[in-house]
Amino acid sequence: MTKVVDRSPLSFYERTYVPALVEGLKVTARHFVRTVKGNNTAKDLGDGYYPEFPWRVNAGYRGAPYLVRDQDGATKCVSCQLCEFVCPPKAIKITPPGPDGPKADRLNAEKIPLEFEINMLRCIFCGYCEDACPTQAIELGHEHQLSFTDRENAIFDKKMLIDPPVEGAQASPQVVEPGVYTRSIPDMEDPK
Amino acid sequence: MLEDFLSNPTAQFVLFSTVKIIVVFAVVMTFVAYAVLVERKVSAAIQDRVGPNRTAPPLALKIPFFGKLLQSWGMFQPMADGLKFMLKEDFTPSYVRTIYFWLAPAISVIPAFLTLAVIPFGSQLGGQKMVIADLDVGILYTFGIVSLGVYGIVLAGWASNSKYPFLGGIRASAQMISYEIAMGMSVVAVFLVVGDLNLSRVIEWQAKNGWLIIYQPLAFVIFLVAVFAETNRLPFDLPESETELVGGFHTEYSSMKFALFFLGEYAAMIGASAMMVVLFFGGWSLPFFGTPASTLLGGLLHIGVFLGKMIVLMVVFIWVRWMLPRFRYDQLMDLGWRRFIPLALGNIVVTALVLALVER
Repeated sequence: MTKVVDRSPLSFYERTYVPALVEGLKVTARHFVRTVKGNNTAKDLGDGYYPEFPWRVNAGYRGAPYLVRDQDGATKCVSCQLCEFVCPPKAIKITPPGPDGPKADRLNAEKIPLEFEINMLRCIFCGYCEDACPTQAIELGHEHQLSFTDRENAIFDKKMLIDPPVEGAQASPQVVEPGVYTRSIPDMEDPK
Repeated sequence: MLEDFLSNPTAQFVLFSTVKIIVVFAVVMTFVAYAVLVERKVSAAIQDRVGPNRTAPPLALKIPFFGKLLQSWGMFQPMADGLKFMLKEDFTPSYVRTIYFWLAPAISVIPAFLTLAVIPFGSQLGGQKMVIADLDVGILYTFGIVSLGVYGIVLAGWASNSKYPFLGGIRASAQMISYEIAMGMSVVAVFLVVGDLNLSRVIEWQAKNGWLIIYQPLAFVIFLVAVFAETNRLPFDLPESETELVGGFHTEYSSMKFALFFLGEYAAMIGASAMMVVLFFGGWSLPFFGTPASTLLGGLLHIGVFLGKMIVLMVVFIWVRWMLPRFRYDQLMDLGWRRFIPLALGNIVVTALVLALVER
């Protein structure tokens, strides 16, 4: 459906600026009265004013990135470093395990990052890391109350970034006994 | 000895004038502080926020009920603001023209207070006329002083010796000079009707014949808009315009020197509101409450009526600020020179013709 925009020239009354003035006064007065009666944003979004009653974010809110766990409670990150490359402000820094590093602490993964750091002072919450991640290991969460007393504290490491473990699962990074996994991809039965 | 001194009319005049000056100054300073609070609260309400509701000295919260209430109204915020201005570092950049840089805040704040001298803020209180200086040329004095105010801003812009303040200063000079013409002309019609320049007698005329806004609505509109431009309030705050000029003329100012500009702006607002009350809304008189008071209570009530009218006009100032976007520079000049000056001139001619016909 096309919408026809009325572009007829303004009448003399409209050009005197008076109707715009009256309309503006009406809008501001309406908001003033509404707020004074007690219907303000603090009431709409939470139980009260901010520090005591944190703001409730919407389900789709994209705040600080965090690392997702899989169903076993392990991190899904495979240390591919795509998010590090795509990150526009270079906030993400991944230390890969290297050829001699520890093996992954779970099945179906060859590598896990030795360290995964995001500098929250640099992060712009753009969500490119989320887009780039092939294993959906990083997502933008609901955290938005980021404040630090010094710059060191602004760098979140793997322990801080990873989501709380699912019920009954082991926290990640998991301690792996040497010799438990001899290869990353487990032996599979032949298809029948 | 002392009784001789006190019965001397000159000594009495000096004494009473001093008391009046001190009281008016104190009241205006309080008004300035709380006008800022009202501005913040009103703007918050208009933008669906709550405004300052946190500041309170620790002991004040011990007061049952009222402590919390005053805190949620932000009544302690102006004190905290004032203290902040005192404690901030007074920074003078190395590249400014120092003497003028220091002079400018003073020049912008002094005229704002001087204009209050001629305003009759009440009828009579114990035989004393409630005006600091009952000048026969009242309005001329006001216009003379008000036009000094522009020097503070122009000087601030020039003395700061950097580009944004400079642009702000240039805008201020053009804007304030052009709107002063419209303002002066709009008032001429008012004085044609009244036939006197003395502000006390303007009020007495209104107490007898009704408020002048009924006789001169056009003059009031022009005066109102010109006052917005003269006091640098939105929609005419081009000398300041944070979005384009950082802070305009006060970009380089900090601490108490900035506070003086701030104070000057609000004091000018109060002065302008008071002037509008005197010229168009009957000053201290109400339609049924017009004769100069003979009792102390009546005198105080008249002062209350005046302050009440003034507060209403101040709220209008604040309200309009949070409603209108800033005018573009050429629109501002166009409005001033091609709309208001011809309108004001026409108003004078029409008023003069009508008066001549009526007197026939």
